[in-house]
Amino acid sequence: MEMPSHADEERRLLVAEIRRFVERAVLPAAQQLEHEDRYPSELVEELRRLGLFAATIPESYGGLGLDLLTYVQLIEELARGWMSLAGIVNTHILVAALITQYGTEEQRQRFLPVMAEGRRRGALCLSEAEAGSDVQAIRMTAMRDGESYLLNGAKLWVTNGVHARILAVLARTDPQAQPSYRGMSLFLVEKETPGLHVGRTFAKLGYKGVDTAELVFEEVRVPAANLLGGVEGQGFKQAMSGLEIGRLNVAARAVGLARAAFEDAIRYAQQRRTFGQPIAEHQAIQLKLADMYTEIEAARLLLHEAARKKDAGGRCDLETGMAKLFATEMCQRVTLEALRIHGGFGYVKEFNVERYYRDAPFMLIGEGTSEIQRLIIARQLLQRYALDEQPS
Amino acid sequence: MKIFVCVKQIPDPNTVESKLDPATKRLVRTGVSLVLDPGDETTIAAAIKLRDSLGNSELTAISMGPASAQEALRRALAMGVDRAILISDSALAGSDVLGTARTLAAALKRENPDLIFCSTESTDGYTGMVPGAIAEFLGLPQLTFAREINVEGTKAVIKRVTQTGYEVVESPLPAVVTIASGSFEAIYPTMKGIMSARKKPFSQLSLSDLGLDPSQVGEAGAREQVLSIGKAEARAAGQIIKDEGNAAEIIADFLQRHQLL
Repeated sequence: MEMPSHADEERRLLVAEIRRFVERAVLPAAQQLEHEDRYPSELVEELRRLGLFAATIPESYGGLGLDLLTYVQLIEELARGWMSLAGIVNTHILVAALITQYGTEEQRQRFLPVMAEGRRRGALCLSEAEAGSDVQAIRMTAMRDGESYLLNGAKLWVTNGVHARILAVLARTDPQAQPSYRGMSLFLVEKETPGLHVGRTFAKLGYKGVDTAELVFEEVRVPAANLLGGVEGQGFKQAMSGLEIGRLNVAARAVGLARAAFEDAIRYAQQRRTFGQPIAEHQAIQLKLADMYTEIEAARLLLHEAARKKDAGGRCDLETGMAKLFATEMCQRVTLEALRIHGGFGYVKEFNVERYYRDAPFMLIGEGTSEIQRLIIARQLLQRYALDEQPS
Repeated sequence: MKIFVCVKQIPDPNTVESKLDPATKRLVRTGVSLVLDPGDETTIAAAIKLRDSLGNSELTAISMGPASAQEALRRALAMGVDRAILISDSALAGSDVLGTARTLAAALKRENPDLIFCSTESTDGYTGMVPGAIAEFLGLPQLTFAREINVEGTKAVIKRVTQTGYEVVESPLPAVVTIASGSFEAIYPTMKGIMSARKKPFSQLSLSDLGLDPSQVGEAGAREQVLSIGKAEARAAGQIIKDEGNAAEIIADFLQRHQLL
C-alpha cells in the first residue's frame, strides 16, 4: 500500500519544518521571553502562519486534518524549544476537537473555520477554586432563560484565559442531577460576551509567558445554540474525552522538554572537565545519560501508541493516561538529572536547564495529576481484568 | 511569463562540517544531511515575488541531482513554486560546471523560458560559474548580482549590487538573472504549503529525454580537473579597539580603508 509511506513522509516533512522554526525563531528568544514572563505574541503569530492552530481541524472546515500521531510530534518539537508554546496550542486544539466531535453541524460551520485561521483561539474552562481533580464538584451554573442560558460562577487555572476568544465552559444545567455529572453541559462562550471578565492572572514557578487566569462569569447570556451538541447533560463526558487529547499534548510536551534537557546535558557533559577529563568520561555521568535517553524513548513510544489508538477512534483513557503519567514523571526525573549534570551552572538562569527544571512540575498537574492518571489507569485495568464472578 | 529557478541540494551548511574526499578531491555528499541550498531559498523568494507581482505567470524549479534532490524541489514547491523538474541520471555523477550547465540548459531550452533565476553561487561548491555557462549554452544575456528585479515590457531591469551601492542594468528577455545572496526576505513554508506541495506537478527527466550523450556530461564529459586540495588558512584574530573616546573614528577609518563605507 502506498498511503502509509506517503503519510509517514508528509509527517516527517511537517515535523522537520517545525523543528526548523524552533531553531530559527524559538530557541533564540525563549530564554528572555520566559524570564520576562512575557506573552510571545510574535511567536504565536508565526505559529498561526505555520498552521499549528489548524493542525487537527478537518480540512472540510479549513484545517489541515492532521492525525494525532503527527500532532504529538509537532508538539514535541515546540516543547523542545519552549514548553509554554505547546500550551498555547493545546487548549485551542482541544476545544476545536470537542466542537469537531460533539458540535452540531451549525456549530462546526460557525466556529471551526475561524479557529483554523488561528486568530480566535480556544480555551477550556473546567476547574474552579474548589473543583480540580474532582470535576464533578463544580459550582458554575447555566440556567435556561428563553432562547439562551445565563452562566454564573468562576473558573480557575484557565490556560490562555486572557488571549483566548472561544471558551468551552463546563457548567451545571441541572444542579439536582444525580450523579451530578449527568447535569453538566459544555457551552461555547465568546470572550466578548457581556458579564465575562478576567478576575486575575497568576504568577507561576514555570510555564511562564502563557496566561493562566481566573475567569468570572456574572449573568453571562449565552445563546442556546452555543450548547455543545445541542443536548444538555453531555458536558462531563465530552470534557473527559477532550482531556484525552489534552493528555496527549502534555505527554508530548514532557517528551519534548525532557529531550531538550537531555540534549543540553549530553553536550555539556562533553565540554565540562573534572579530574582531568570531560565529565562524560565518568561512569557516574554515563549512567545518568543512559537512563535519561532510555526513559525518553520509552515515553515517546507510549505517547505514539496512545496517539495511534486515539486516531483509530473511540475512548482511550488507559493509553493516554499511561502516556501522560509516564512521560511527565519521566520529564521531572530527566530535567533534575540534567540539572545535576550541569552542577552549579544548572541552577543559574544563564542556562536553559534551570528553566526546564521549573517547567517540568507543571506537567505533573495540568490535564489531570499523576495521581488521577493512576486512578484512571487502575479503573480501566480492573474493568479489563474483572473476574467473571465475585469470590465469596 | 514562464519563470524558472535553478536550485541545488547540498550538505546542510548548518549541521554538516564540509569535508573533501582526499581521493576524489570532491566534497563528501553521501551519508550527510542534505538540504535545499539556503542561498537558493533567497533566489526562490525573489522569483516568487516577481511571479506574484506580474500575475499570469508560472514558476518552475529545476534541479540536476540524484533522486534525493527530489526533497529539495519539494521544499521549493512548499515555499510556493508551481512545478518542479528533476534531471536525474546515473551518467550525470561527477559533472563539472560544464556538464551541469549543459544539462540544465538542455532542459531549460525545451521549456522556452522568459526568465531564469539562479543564485550567484552555491553554498557548497562556490564556483559561481554555472549561471554564466547556462546563459552561454542558451545564447541569452545574463544579469548578475541582482538585489531587485522587475520586468518592464520585454525587458528585465535589475538593481545590480556593486561595492559602493547599485547600478541599474537592463536586458531584453529572455535572460538569466543571478540574485545577490541575502537580498530578499526568506519565505518559510507553512504546513499547508508542505501538504499541497505533493499535489503540484513534478517531472523527472533522464539524459535520453534531453537528447544528451552521456559522454558530454558527468565524469566522462568533465573538463575540469581538481589538481590538489588544501586546508584554508585559519582566520586571523580580530582587532580589539578599546574606546578611549575615539573608537568610533578608528572603526570608521577601518571601514573606509576596506571600502565598506
